[in-house]
Amino acid sequence: MIPARVEERTSPGRDGVPPSRGAGRLPSQAALAEFVLALGDDSLVLGQRLSEWCGRAPFLEEDIAIANVALDYLGRAEKFYRYVSELGGGRRSVDEIAFLRDSRAYRNLLIFELPVGDFARTMARQLMVDAFHLPYFRRLSRSTNARIAAIAAKAVKESRYHLKRSRDWVLRLGDGTEESHAKIQSAFDALWGYCPEMFAMAGDEMALLDSGVAVDRSAMKTDWESEMKDVLSEATLTTPGNEWAISGGRDGVHTEHHGYLLAEMQFMQRAYPGLDW
Amino acid sequence: MTDDHLSNTEPEAAFQERVDNEIKIEPKDWMPEGYRRNLIRQISQHAHSEVIGMQPEGNWITRAPTLKRKMILLAKVQDEAGHGLYLYSAAETLGVTREDMIGALHEGHAKYASIFNYPTLTWADVGVIGWLVDSAAIVNQISLQRTSYGPYSRAMIRICKEESFHQRQGFEILMPLASGSLEQKAMAQDAMNRWWWPTLMMFGPHDSESVHGAKSMQWKIKRKSNDELRQDFIDQTVPQAEYLGLAIPDPDLKWNEERGHYDFGEIDWDEFRTVVSGNGLCNRERLERHSRAHREGEWVREAMRACEEKKRTA
Repeated sequence: MIPARVEERTSPGRDGVPPSRGAGRLPSQAALAEFVLALGDDSLVLGQRLSEWCGRAPFLEEDIAIANVALDYLGRAEKFYRYVSELGGGRRSVDEIAFLRDSRAYRNLLIFELPVGDFARTMARQLMVDAFHLPYFRRLSRSTNARIAAIAAKAVKESRYHLKRSRDWVLRLGDGTEESHAKIQSAFDALWGYCPEMFAMAGDEMALLDSGVAVDRSAMKTDWESEMKDVLSEATLTTPGNEWAISGGRDGVHTEHHGYLLAEMQFMQRAYPGLDW
Repeated sequence: MTDDHLSNTEPEAAFQERVDNEIKIEPKDWMPEGYRRNLIRQISQHAHSEVIGMQPEGNWITRAPTLKRKMILLAKVQDEAGHGLYLYSAAETLGVTREDMIGALHEGHAKYASIFNYPTLTWADVGVIGWLVDSAAIVNQISLQRTSYGPYSRAMIRICKEESFHQRQGFEILMPLASGSLEQKAMAQDAMNRWWWPTLMMFGPHDSESVHGAKSMQWKIKRKSNDELRQDFIDQTVPQAEYLGLAIPDPDLKWNEERGHYDFGEIDWDEFRTVVSGNGLCNRERLERHSRAHREGEWVREAMRACEEKKRTA
């Protein structure tokens, strides 16, 4: 049962805007909830995007494969949100957390919310995030927080399969036809500047680092860059330069696409508040 | 009895004898050309129905009301893609390619189940499709598990196992609506009102009007007639509707003690013909969307072929 009126996730600041989460250290319990929420939001938003492919993929086998990946992300979101809900003493249900916040309160990284675009755009993003997620969740699976470690361990298995798939596709598209080469190259060019945000430490993560709950993202950047360089070069593609970088997701400052994603995803909960489905 | 013997003496009579003895026909066996054509028509139509059927429910994946419902619906629509695959593969054993079949669909030569030309307007429609439409499909497919063509029969056995999960997910969507708020109850009843008659039409015209019926029965491609299947569906569904507290929009529906079946009103065959002939609310959009996705995927499939070619020649 979802009540019609929902508490704010954090107490609003002076202008009704949540206080910035980027700066300063949060008390550890609040930091933990913020940290897990952010991971849940990353999963939900990308799962929602990938589910848009259902029935539209280039052929049936691929339709089934993309749906599998989407389901992995949605399942992961459910697990993270369940933990957030429990950390809050069950005051908010999983679905309230998933569906009843406005854009400013979602903490997902920008790269996850960008529109699916064409198949090249989707696969370029997948390679970038899969090549990040596999080593990230491997490290997180050794978190001192057993709950997080367990979710991460499952994500490692999923990410291994996701990375194999996205890597294969990037190689095929890069080395396929002139058209596919141009499309996948332009996808990497368009998305590259959203990647640095994956390696930026938010305030909550900093606060959870010493206790071994969170892991240091920033330390993973060099390996990621070198792996991307290897795959792109094998795919006969040019690795984009680091001329630009855009961020804001962890502070709830999103692209304009985010509001539309939420409007669609939240339609039922907003139109029929407080009901069981 | 060897194959040579079969094909040298009256092959059609020997073929019919095998069918009559419930021996499955396999891809390499001799078969009448009409049997092959009839099967290609029916199996490819069935495959297209699974694939086009992804659209009306897929329409609600991004708007599903809860995370759990979203995951279940996505998994369900994904299963339908899988069913499409089994069926295209079964049809391919008859010497036709998937590409040919998809081409025939886009050119309007091949049909798919007309039910999918109705729009899904509310979340309750997703429940009703799972419950009614998938139930109707199961009634038909259970009888097709005994169809005479081996690959089709085996595909049906696999598909039936998964369909019962689909039917249950539809019913489970409707349960909280049926016991929910006035708005939810009205939403469920409205969906029932719009989908009931089109679901009955899924079984096709009356036996007396069915074009392919007699020959399909003789060859045991079909095992039960359209009217028999329709009656089976109604008999099993009425108690479920009662359980949900949903009214069936048919004033003539009542139990006939003597027949041991429900009597029901006449189907609006004009509406049936309108939708089958391509003029339902969504016919054009369903086909256009499928052919657009296929067109937009062409460069991807081409890149894949180019890579395979490079690997072969490397």
